[in-house]
Amino acid sequence: MSRRIIKDKVAKIVVCLFSGLTVIPLAAIIWELVKKGYHQINWDFFTKVAPNTLDAMLAQRSGQIIPGGIANGITGTLIMVVMAALLAVPCGLFAGVYLSEKPHTGFSKAVSFLTDLLQGVPSIILGIIAYAWVVKPMGSYSAIAGSIALFIMMLPLIVRSTEETMKMLPSNLKESALALGSSYRSVILKVLLPSSFGGLFTGILLAISRVMGETAPLMFTALGSMQVNWDVTAPTNAIPLLIWQFYNDPNLVGMIWASSLFIMILILILNITASRVARKWKIR
Amino acid sequence: MENKIIENTVLKFEHVSVSYVPGKNAVDDINADVKEHAITAIMGPSGCGKSTLLRAINRMHELYKGITVSGHILLKGEDIMEMNPMQVRCKAGMVFQRPNPFPTMSVYDNVLAGYKLNGIKLKKSQKDEIVESCLRDVGLWKEVKESLNKKGTFLSGGQQQRLCIARAIALKPEILLMDEPTSALDPIATNKIEQLALELKKIFSIIIVTHNIAQAARISDMSMFMYLGELIEYEKTKIMFTNPKDKRTEDYLNGQFG
Ligand SMILES: Nc1ncnc2c1ncn2[C@@H]1O[C@H](COP(=O)(O)OP(=O)(O)OP(=O)(O)O)[C@@H](O)[C@H]1O
Ligand SMILES: [Mg+2]
Repeated sequence: MSRRIIKDKVAKIVVCLFSGLTVIPLAAIIWELVKKGYHQINWDFFTKVAPNTLDAMLAQRSGQIIPGGIANGITGTLIMVVMAALLAVPCGLFAGVYLSEKPHTGFSKAVSFLTDLLQGVPSIILGIIAYAWVVKPMGSYSAIAGSIALFIMMLPLIVRSTEETMKMLPSNLKESALALGSSYRSVILKVLLPSSFGGLFTGILLAISRVMGETAPLMFTALGSMQVNWDVTAPTNAIPLLIWQFYNDPNLVGMIWASSLFIMILILILNITASRVARKWKIR
Repeated sequence: MENKIIENTVLKFEHVSVSYVPGKNAVDDINADVKEHAITAIMGPSGCGKSTLLRAINRMHELYKGITVSGHILLKGEDIMEMNPMQVRCKAGMVFQRPNPFPTMSVYDNVLAGYKLNGIKLKKSQKDEIVESCLRDVGLWKEVKESLNKKGTFLSGGQQQRLCIARAIALKPEILLMDEPTSALDPIATNKIEQLALELKKIFSIIIVTHNIAQAARISDMSMFMYLGELIEYEKTKIMFTNPKDKRTEDYLNGQFG
């Protein structure tokens, strides 16, 4: 074998080794969660709420799994993420399109700068802000307050992904649409936005998966609730909040792993879907 | 070539100048009458302002800051600066260098894109008719009639370019502006587009920017030679190619520069 071929081989092995290394943490995490969490997962896990401390203790004493589940967390996460997305998607798309279309105005420079800042704000501060702006005036912890905090967190993510996606469109797409005599508005609505659908959708999914696991913004806003609650003005639970609550109750610690496994899988599914969508809708 | 040029003017340039940077004209004081139902070729070395002049006709320069266009361009006697820019762009259809059908739209919708984007509602029968006649006009009907609902981007490069021409002529423009429409295509596709241009000039007037001198000789009735933003010579193609008046034109046609 010539030296060149040997060098090639060595380089290949090194590259594979290091890319393999990045997989290890993820694989280890999932393995750990599955190992410790799977036995808690059954039908009740999705449809019932967690038992009180005493019942949990008794069940474990007699060698059973902890009865009940995280239905209150699942519904709460669903409600709050959906409400946050309903607010963040239109605002974020609008701002992102504006930033990509008019990047040189003073206003868009300011928006761009603020977006960066917002992205750097620790999530717990967003929780405190939502507490001051929503919980205080409303006089109650609520899903609304939680979703406002998540909304503020999602906003810069969607703005940025929208802006990037729109900037990646071939530049002659816009010109060829305008050259047909169409208005700027309909070019954006009927050509540019549909053409970047894949990227926009991916960005939204990633933003959702990013905030879905957040605990800090919900601690001062949604607070938590032991029952399934569909009233958006009342305290509400969420999966990551529940994990925190289970941690604080020695008899419910067993629920942590199953809950973590569940939300981890949800987030993985979102991410995989996102990358699939991005690939499928790629503009050639 | 037996070209009976109908001596009507479709487009008139009067002292047209365009500048990207103040004080420096990329297109400088152009005066010319473009004939109806003729193919007018614009030639000249790279950077001489061909595209810039072409884009002045459908007012594309307005879309960008800092570009100034002066002088008058009359389309069928009407000053385009006094018309609504969207109307101008409907009357002066443009075909670009790279074929660019709208990636989210089917072949069918691409042909109708001008109507869709302008919010013009048509009956299904009208739509079908426009799609079929435009695709027939560009010689694409036989090739795509089975796949009208497929995305336009699945066609070959040459087919895509003809689809783009169909999209432009669907709006029944007065004039077709083509900026190097064949430079991204292979010889066979190029030949098809050239034949198509010869057919289309019966219905429309065509201005075509080309780097390909042979192409200008093959299909154009009139030729413009531009150099450093100026219109050096504007003549019947036959005359310009056999007997150029300006030394620079002669050099260019002989491949001395460009
Ligand atoms: N957006 C722009 N900003 C500044 N200058 C420009 C811009 N576009 C073109 N120019 C300049 O204007 C001049 C004419 O350019 P134009 O694109 O019209 O040339 P062209 O004849 O079409 O060249 P080519 O054959 O390479 O397409 C060139 O000197 C070019 O550098
Ligand atoms: Mg050009």
